[in-house]
Amino acid sequence: MRMRERDQQGTAAIVGTFLVAAWLTVLPLPETVEFGRPLWLALALIYWVIALPHRIGVLWGFAVGLFQDVLTGVVLGQHAVALAVVAYVSLAAHKRIRVFPPLQQSVVVFMLTGTGALIAYTVQSAVGRVLVPPVWVLLPALVSALIWRPTFGVLRWVRRRFMVR
Amino acid sequence: MLLDQRSDHVQPLRFAIGYVTAPIHYLAHMPTAIGEWASSQAVSRADLQADRQRLERQILVLQQRVQRLAVLEAENVRLRELLNSSAELDARVLAAEIIGVEPDPSRQEFVINKGTHAGVYRGQAVLDAGGLLGQVVDAGPFTARVLLITDASHALSVQVNRNGVRAILAGSGQPDRLRLLFVPETADIIEGDLLVSTGLDQRFPRGYPVAEVVRLRHDPGAPFVTVEARPTASIDRASHVLLVERPVRRQQEGAEQ
Repeated sequence: MRMRERDQQGTAAIVGTFLVAAWLTVLPLPETVEFGRPLWLALALIYWVIALPHRIGVLWGFAVGLFQDVLTGVVLGQHAVALAVVAYVSLAAHKRIRVFPPLQQSVVVFMLTGTGALIAYTVQSAVGRVLVPPVWVLLPALVSALIWRPTFGVLRWVRRRFMVR
Repeated sequence: MLLDQRSDHVQPLRFAIGYVTAPIHYLAHMPTAIGEWASSQAVSRADLQADRQRLERQILVLQQRVQRLAVLEAENVRLRELLNSSAELDARVLAAEIIGVEPDPSRQEFVINKGTHAGVYRGQAVLDAGGLLGQVVDAGPFTARVLLITDASHALSVQVNRNGVRAILAGSGQPDRLRLLFVPETADIIEGDLLVSTGLDQRFPRGYPVAEVVRLRHDPGAPFVTVEARPTASIDRASHVLLVERPVRRQQEGAEQ
């Protein structure tokens, strides 16, 4: 019983970080930097999967993606599928990603968020709502990779502060 | 995904998640709102007085127009009764504030701060002071998502105010450009023509200004004229919008009389 209670500790903190990430996703930005908005929800998801692979997995990815779908008003399931795949790949590779040096970690994050963005882009084009060429889709992934280290630091501080395990 | 695209079965799920996303949209709007509040607090007395004078003048002009409008409206109703056709009542309007714009620059959408709890429904027409802005595509409990007429996936039926020539007005994905589709070479449309909504699409109310023709290009090789138009509503500058309910038909009332 005691063990189980400790296992569940900090769900509020995890949900809180996802809500902050969602807030950053819809925060108004000047048009010039709009194309380079980092994929905050994907970043938060990757961090939590790597940090707590026994708790955060594909289902969380799917749920967070569904939330993002409603938030940004796209067809339901677009980000859900993308983030589920991202969660699955980071889950499969979490042991390796953990021990990578920072630069290599950023490269992996670029590939993960890029994969997610391209899946979302594919769904969007299947639905028939695409105007920008796919190169623009990878720009947010690049920015996400650059911003990965600070994000990682902040989320690790959150995890230690609220003793999420 | 297919379910969402082709049917309405997942609407309840979208609606439920809307309870969580609404506060996030409100929060995201907060920095802008605070900035606006701060600048409105720092307006000088002279500016306010100038503003007031300008507004008073504007009210005077508008009141004069309204006087004429009342007579015209009454006359219109009488004429319609003579023709035995149905007249449209004044539609009820609801004011709302834009609290978020679509983060994806390739889509022309924004989020407003009224939802189904305030009576907003899917398909409702949205206007600003200048003319038609768009329609509600997704109504959450406290927020609603508006698709602009300039979105690449949007089109509506319009007619030229001068002579009643009808055409379809489609968005282009850019905030101040619209295109008229399938206009024949011989159609009587010139630059500066005002395009108003026809109401034939059963979605937008009839007779609201939508766009102004800015350029015509006759291409000898193409079957249709290329007509470019600019929306009369300030698409990228609007901060407050009006939601108009579907026009109520007065047919039964007319029949009783």
